[in-house]
Amino acid sequence: MPAGFSWPQAAVALAIAAFLLVFLIVPVVTVVYVAFVDGAGSFTLSHFGSFFSLSLMRESFWNSLIVATLSVVLASLIAIPLAYFTARFEFRGALLIQTLGILPLIMPPFVGAVAMQLIFGRSGSVNLLLGEWFGFTLPIMEGLNGVIFVEALHYFPFILMNLVVALNNIDNSVEESAQNLGASGMRLFRRIVFPLAMPGYMAGAALVFIKVFDDLGTPLVLNQTNLLAPQAYLRITSIGIEDPIGYVIGVLMVLFSLAALWASALALRGREYATLQRGYGGLEKRRLRPWQAAAAYGWIVLVLTLVLAPHLGILLLSLGKVWSFSVVPDSYTLQHYATVFEESPRMIWNTVLYCGIAAGLDVLLGTAIAYLILRTRVPAAKSLDFMATAALAIPGVVLAIGYLRTFRGVELPFTDGLLTSSWLLLVIAYTIRRLPYALRSCVAALQQLHVSLEEAAENLGATQARAIRRVVVPLMAGGILAGFVTSFMTAAVELSATIMLIPSQNDAPMSYGIYLYLQSAAGRGPGAALGVLAVAIVAIGTYLSHRLISGRAAARETQPLGQLEALNGARAAGAG
Amino acid sequence: MEHGQQARVEIVDVSLAYGATPVLREVSVAIEPGEFFALLGPSGSGKSTLLRLLAGFLQPQTGSIRVGGADITRVPPWERDIGMVFQNYALWPHMTVLQNVAFGLEERRLPRAEIDRRVASALELVGLGDLGARRPGQLSGGQQQRVALARTIAIEPKVLLLDEPLSNLDAKLRIHMRVELLALQRKLGITTIFVTHDQEEALSIADRVAVLDQGVIQQVGTPVELYDTPANRFIATFVGTINLLRGTLEHTEGTSVFRSDALGTIALGRVATAAGAAEIVIRPHAFVLAAPDLPGEAGRTWVSGTVVEREFLGEFVRYTVRVGETDLVADQPHFMGEPGFAPGAAVKIGIKPDQVKLLRA
Repeated sequence: MPAGFSWPQAAVALAIAAFLLVFLIVPVVTVVYVAFVDGAGSFTLSHFGSFFSLSLMRESFWNSLIVATLSVVLASLIAIPLAYFTARFEFRGALLIQTLGILPLIMPPFVGAVAMQLIFGRSGSVNLLLGEWFGFTLPIMEGLNGVIFVEALHYFPFILMNLVVALNNIDNSVEESAQNLGASGMRLFRRIVFPLAMPGYMAGAALVFIKVFDDLGTPLVLNQTNLLAPQAYLRITSIGIEDPIGYVIGVLMVLFSLAALWASALALRGREYATLQRGYGGLEKRRLRPWQAAAAYGWIVLVLTLVLAPHLGILLLSLGKVWSFSVVPDSYTLQHYATVFEESPRMIWNTVLYCGIAAGLDVLLGTAIAYLILRTRVPAAKSLDFMATAALAIPGVVLAIGYLRTFRGVELPFTDGLLTSSWLLLVIAYTIRRLPYALRSCVAALQQLHVSLEEAAENLGATQARAIRRVVVPLMAGGILAGFVTSFMTAAVELSATIMLIPSQNDAPMSYGIYLYLQSAAGRGPGAALGVLAVAIVAIGTYLSHRLISGRAAARETQPLGQLEALNGARAAGAG
Repeated sequence: MEHGQQARVEIVDVSLAYGATPVLREVSVAIEPGEFFALLGPSGSGKSTLLRLLAGFLQPQTGSIRVGGADITRVPPWERDIGMVFQNYALWPHMTVLQNVAFGLEERRLPRAEIDRRVASALELVGLGDLGARRPGQLSGGQQQRVALARTIAIEPKVLLLDEPLSNLDAKLRIHMRVELLALQRKLGITTIFVTHDQEEALSIADRVAVLDQGVIQQVGTPVELYDTPANRFIATFVGTINLLRGTLEHTEGTSVFRSDALGTIALGRVATAAGAAEIVIRPHAFVLAAPDLPGEAGRTWVSGTVVEREFLGEFVRYTVRVGETDLVADQPHFMGEPGFAPGAAVKIGIKPDQVKLLRA
């Protein structure tokens, strides 16, 4: 309604703004503030000076930059050919590639890292075989190589999925008109296809960069602590919450995230032309020639093997009695699962509880913000969207440091406990960190709903609140559920904030439990078993929600007529 | 289904602007009880905005709207009892046809038996009695529109609003639905306002038509009034095809004459309009074409010209005839065996003074 907005709407907007202010803006501003003031509270750059005067910090800084950049490069090398195959050619591998697209995401990278070490490490399966047969070994998991390898294999789906969408959004006619005007082959690709797909690629690449920069678990598990995120964690946990170097690292991490987002936003500018005339769907699909098909399948099989390696490795590890200096474990047992069920059912429950609450809050906030920005004229509603999305640029470590500092000494209402020693803070951190995903999902769902569907309900006598309940929410259900699942899944494997905010072992979720187990050689078996359980829970959840969403969509679109006739018959019989 | 009440709709001095862009400027119009009223205008004229104001989705910045004597300007959409059929039908895909039609009645907290009865009768009325269990996605465009109509009339609204109701249908179905819509409206007797950009549609079914342009009502009248006595140049050009000629009006010895370069002098009888620059409107079918050597029928002013274009349209042939510097459009009925005139042919063109409509310039 252009004329204005109602007070309930404004109240909801204010409540969301307050939540984001307290749990996102203030903590981050606190981190920046502490990094720039001295003990007396006046502005100083001395903390940055001392950061760069420490050789370990300088090394960590460059290492982080190199690892993130090379991970993007390696992920691109994996993803670009795969994206091109699906968008450009007609072949059966497309389904395989789609599977490739989500498989890595359901297992946290730090869990896979252990398995990768057992498979690709110095004395891992591959190098054992190579050494035995050919007399040489590959340093795949040596030092930072291992981090880059694990991160690229884990995060390449972000580039793959964004690029596939971008390529599919290029209208057939755009390419045909270029051909009509004389462009073909590489020239066509370079001048038309590549520029149009660029925004999609950049969006994916920026995400990979940010995620790698942010990842704390993988370097810790691989024992590569000379990177920024582990250094921030180590400074704060070993020296203490007062150590300014931790805050300097936080500021640097935020700056790099912002730079990556800015670069992708730059590429997104002028994106309008890419999706202007939809109608035919993606590029013309060609049939592969035999040698092309062989090459494509070869590449897919190679990537699929690498992607499956950590999953397989974790499974073997969870079932193996001993696995050391051998290609596969020597003997198998279910003992590790028994250990896990004995020692940590509480962790499984905690994960379900924390991530359930966080994902629920996310879709609630996401739906409300989506409605405010798309359907009302509440002033500054867009800034809610901006604030919520800005959480993307805030690394988990930074948010956690901000929480610990901001809420230091704050007591929980109605209890004697401190907020910082309650699991509530962890749930809120999950909520804030996963809100951007849930929000995008809700916004997309609401955008697809023509406003007249809601107006028709109001026209027929439903108040705004009733129209939202009876028409808007049911029709958004698919998007809301997708948002919930994404939030839940990614929160379940979150470690960066978890590791810093966890108040006690008793309150730890599975992700922290896995990390703890993996610290000791004896714990690797149970850790892997817990990892397998986490993957299973996430996979089952994803599958069920996918079934639910596509089932609903199918029922909405077309029901077989025979079924309808039967339904009518039953109705008539019931009436008679 | 009966509608006891027939409401009069009064729109008084309604203005609305989006920022600095005025969309409606002091619009006033009254729609009589039981009338089938059309809002006609090009896109961007404000006609849909006016309809949304009536439904309550927009609030006017000034002015008021009264239905049946009661001021509803500030009443929220859900309390207005003004049913609207949306251009895209806006059927809810997650509900069956029955659930769609029952929605408004459920919101009114009617007893279930009453709801079932009215849903059945509404679906019967639009001829969809047996499709209640289907989902909107399983219906054709025409069926979807009937469901939208049934859903709206089921609540027995005081006023029925139709937003470009026929624009999403193919040409044949459009004409069929047009007739059906009118029959339904007559049967229910409900005050109906419908928005369209198609002048043929408006003229063929509406009791009265309001023509909007740039947020201003240019003329309100019956279809015949709009066609025969357009109030201004916009109406003349928008409603039907016309020939518009500039010239001067002169009063001499009890009669008035219109002088123009193209047609010379045409006697118009006594006209009250002040002398000076003026424009005249002549409909294409008011011209008569004849071979130059035939004697012209008396009572017409004849001028010579050349056929430059010929368009065969079935019932008639549309000629473009160049007279001096001016191109005139002339429609001549077509009969079997008559060859008509070929492009390049010299013709004379006859004008009857009583078929000339004078506009103020």
